[in-house]
Amino acid sequence: MDVLELIRVAWSSIRVHKMRSFLTILGIMIGVACVITMMTVTAGAQHDIDRQMREMGSNLMMVYAGSWRSRGGVRSAAGSNAVLTEDDAEAIKREIPEILAAAPTVRGYAQVVVGNRNWNSSVYGIDEDFLVVRNWGVNEGRLFEPSELSRGSRVALVGSTTATELFGEGQVLGQTIRVQNVQFTVVGLLASKGMAPGSTSFDQDSVILIPLKTARTRLLGRQGVAGDSVEYIYISVENEDDMVYVEDEIKKLLHARHRIDLEREAFSVNNMSEWIESRLEQQNTFNSLLSVIAAVSLIVGGIGIMNIMLVSVTERTREIGLRMAVGARNTDIMQQFLVEAIALCIAGGILGIAMSVAVSTGASYLAGWPIYFQWWVLMMAVAFSGVIGIFFGFYPARSAANKDPIEALRTE
Amino acid sequence: MSEIIHCENLSKTYYLGDEEVHALDDVSIKLGRGDYAAVMGPSGSGKSTFMNIVGCLDTPDTGNLWLDGEEVSQMSRNELAGIRNKKIGFVFQQFNLLGRTSALDNVALPLLYAGMKRHDRRERAYAALERVGLKDRVGHHPTQLSGGQQQRVAIARALVNEPAILLADEPTGALDTHTGEEIMDIFDDLNQSGLTIVLVTHEYLIAAHAHQMIRFLDGKITGVEQLKAAEAA
Repeated sequence: MDVLELIRVAWSSIRVHKMRSFLTILGIMIGVACVITMMTVTAGAQHDIDRQMREMGSNLMMVYAGSWRSRGGVRSAAGSNAVLTEDDAEAIKREIPEILAAAPTVRGYAQVVVGNRNWNSSVYGIDEDFLVVRNWGVNEGRLFEPSELSRGSRVALVGSTTATELFGEGQVLGQTIRVQNVQFTVVGLLASKGMAPGSTSFDQDSVILIPLKTARTRLLGRQGVAGDSVEYIYISVENEDDMVYVEDEIKKLLHARHRIDLEREAFSVNNMSEWIESRLEQQNTFNSLLSVIAAVSLIVGGIGIMNIMLVSVTERTREIGLRMAVGARNTDIMQQFLVEAIALCIAGGILGIAMSVAVSTGASYLAGWPIYFQWWVLMMAVAFSGVIGIFFGFYPARSAANKDPIEALRTE
Repeated sequence: MSEIIHCENLSKTYYLGDEEVHALDDVSIKLGRGDYAAVMGPSGSGKSTFMNIVGCLDTPDTGNLWLDGEEVSQMSRNELAGIRNKKIGFVFQQFNLLGRTSALDNVALPLLYAGMKRHDRRERAYAALERVGLKDRVGHHPTQLSGGQQQRVAIARALVNEPAILLADEPTGALDTHTGEEIMDIFDDLNQSGLTIVLVTHEYLIAAHAHQMIRFLDGKITGVEQLKAAEAA
């Protein structure tokens, strides 16, 4: 039969009972809104994680001495005197071919002074691999020369926050800054990276990078960093699939090099998975709540559709009889009521989409959640609403189709 | 004269609890093309069952029925729907128009189930409404029409598929005498133009429009009277 005509008939019958139709589809509407909000917020979080991971550096790992739990003083874990060295970084690079770069790093925290301004900033002692691993570069100026790295020159790259705090809008390159009374020349302004993943307060741009050798000899050595020891080795792995394997290899290699039993866990590798897990954990709690609401609403909504369709079939028994008398076959009647149920549900689905757009935009605005609308989710929601219409509309439609025309015509 | 309705030994029995009701008991009758028959009888005499079976809304328990040369007594529900759609036009006492639907769309309804395109449906429906004198009421809804006008819309709906037989069940039962006469005038005209009409009525004055009168009692035909010669024959 004429599909357009079916839709027209269905729509006019829905329109006749505006309030009733609206109340009927509320359940579907709420259910669909929950599903879409859930998907939107989840996708938003996922995108956020991906973006931050990208900015942190691709396939980044961090190696340090000590285990995660005892990592208070970082440099030495309780019960072991293991210390990471530059040679360890060299060895890792040499022995594990899956590794792209390994950057031995020391870190401190210092007051940086320019004229009468000062700012407390993180100070990293780095080598040439650091910026590769962290997927970082300069906006202005240049990176360190190999000679500056090997000599331990007093040159610095400045993060955007630190630069703003110290120089305001003024010229940064070529300026002299003082860190613990040691003078450095600024050779580059770092690109902005924003807040650290999972943090709203740890500003990655409040930073000063200086050559590793300079840091050890002139600055942080005074803070107790001895010999060629380093605090961290940042690792970049070429292929994401190798992350787990590489993590194990690094642990084995380091324990072997330092002649420490692997089980003592004198060295740890952090590949950001803890952070992602905790992030997704919150997401999952939110999702399971919404899933339950969605499931309940959709089922109750579906039953509501079925109920109102049964009422509609009963109310229109005479119409069904008349349609049969003028030549409607069972399938024609069945189609008519199925299409009506589907139309109701799809209307509910579309209103649900509108509701979810409002809710997730509001949540994103109020709670600062990232959201990400996916077209396929919206299409799926509409299609799924249609399926609910078919499922719950089937029984009423069949009962309409099976009516006896004579009985139906006799109904008042 | 070719037969358009041919009933042979039609029987239909209902069961009300333990009681058997012989609604139709071995009924045989032939009606020719262009006949104009009035079916009369007290309620429960079997005339409604007869009309339902002839109208393909019901099937007989035993016996055979040919409509326009086709044996329909053994047809499936879907096949019967097709016969109703193509060969039969119904006019009911209560008009049975769809509410909130224009006269035009009401009339076009059978064509929808005949699988006709929307444009053609509307064109044919318009012509049918013109035929019953309602071409200036095509957009009106049933509630905006008088009883007589509603019944004329119903007649247009019955005609729109150009059926072989027009079946009318007390078509004037819900109308006043004057309006009833107007409706009967339409039936007379339709019969004049060759349409076979069977109508059920209680009123002798209405039945007098027909050419034949078929009397039912206790599920049997008790008599067929020739009222006047078919003028068109």
